[in-house]
Amino acid sequence: MRELSAPRGVWVIAASYLAALILTVWPLPQWAEVFRPAWVPLVTIYWCLWLPERVGVIVAFFAGLLVDALSGTLLGEHALALVLVAWAALWMHLQIRVFPWWQQCVVVLGILSLHALVLFWVDGMLGYTLGAAMRWTPPLVSAALWPWILQVMSRSQQRYHVG
Amino acid sequence: MAVFRRQRSPQLFSSRPAGALRTLLMICISIMLMVYDHQTGSLKQMHAALATVVWPVQVIVDAPHSLWTWAGEKLATHRALLAENEQLKSQLLQEQATLQQFASLQQENQRLRELMQAAAQVTGRVSAATILSAALDPFRHLVVIDKGAHDGVYEGQTVLDAYGIVGQVTRADPLASEVTLISDPSQAIQVEVNRTGLRTLAVGNAELSQLTLPYVTNSADIKQGDLVVTSGLGGHYPAGYPVGFITRFDRDPAEPFAHVSARTAADLSGGREVLLFWPSQPLPQAELTPKPAPAKAATKPGKKRP
Repeated sequence: MRELSAPRGVWVIAASYLAALILTVWPLPQWAEVFRPAWVPLVTIYWCLWLPERVGVIVAFFAGLLVDALSGTLLGEHALALVLVAWAALWMHLQIRVFPWWQQCVVVLGILSLHALVLFWVDGMLGYTLGAAMRWTPPLVSAALWPWILQVMSRSQQRYHVG
Repeated sequence: MAVFRRQRSPQLFSSRPAGALRTLLMICISIMLMVYDHQTGSLKQMHAALATVVWPVQVIVDAPHSLWTWAGEKLATHRALLAENEQLKSQLLQEQATLQQFASLQQENQRLRELMQAAAQVTGRVSAATILSAALDPFRHLVVIDKGAHDGVYEGQTVLDAYGIVGQVTRADPLASEVTLISDPSQAIQVEVNRTGLRTLAVGNAELSQLTLPYVTNSADIKQGDLVVTSGLGGHYPAGYPVGFITRFDRDPAEPFAHVSARTAADLSGGREVLLFWPSQPLPQAELTPKPAPAKAATKPGKKRP
């Protein structure tokens, strides 16, 4: 059973990242663009909290490279931000796991603000300083979505015995 | 169940599965990648490899839109097609009528340019490409088109649509290319006002379809609605293609330059069809020291005249 569940788990993790990547570049109307949740960081936080021995900074780094390639940013920009997200989630994953849902939301908001800050910082050095107010809506929207993400992800994790 | 528990139990006691060393290493690699990508642009191979990996994602994201278009084409009624055909025919007739004088005008232009000893206008061939409907980084004005290096697309290539300049290819991957729109904050395009010949720069700002002309003096002759075309200086874009229309011209005596903004002529927000431009001869290249070229051009006709 152990041999069976391991490769299965890999596919579930990969599928969750694929879904997150698709949602990241799914076309939205111009006004809705600022409300797009940060899907890939959310998925990374979930796996780092509940499966820290499998998903960590290395997976986050490669997921970040894919986001960079998809969204046309500097290679390594999202990778750096996601490595920091994974590190922050892993740092106190045992505490966060037992938090009530609203405290988890606050922690997620904090981690995603760090993510947004890193992107803002790198973009600022490249000269993309305009539209700064738009940077802070994705963390808020993502943190508000966290309870549902948690539900969907933990259900699928249990269902496919990812461990 | 027992297996499940045994598997999960170790992580309860492993306080830090991500070593600080590993995290630091990944951070360093990321920063190094960014620096290399930004400063040297030498990560082409890696970009191409990653672009091939994420290509399926782009296709999946684009699928509903192209499926919708395809279904619309398949299910269009005979009557609708006839009507469209009729409309296109009349449109073509009108365009041909306006084009009738074009040949003679072009000839005349050529002669005049020879008299002036000015460089001939660069012409070229165009080919259509479709914008994939993937949403890229919201702070950059980028689009992905479905033609890549395999189709002859190259970096720096001019991209047009039916109304004017769209932008330039900033990365040509094997199967797709990334186009940076002229309204991207990182872009500046050499333009001239069509009515007066005033040459200046148009740079992108944060808003889509908006350009700023930051170096127009307060005394310049510019009116709202003036057409701005590419000047061809700088060697990036062919000369004479529409860039935008002046939407605002505010003189500010307190400052050295006036506040001028323009709306792009090309439809940057909604269009899906673009044209790739291959010049028939290499565009006059930008010199790193631009002084000699204009000076020569300015003095030669003067010498000839007497």
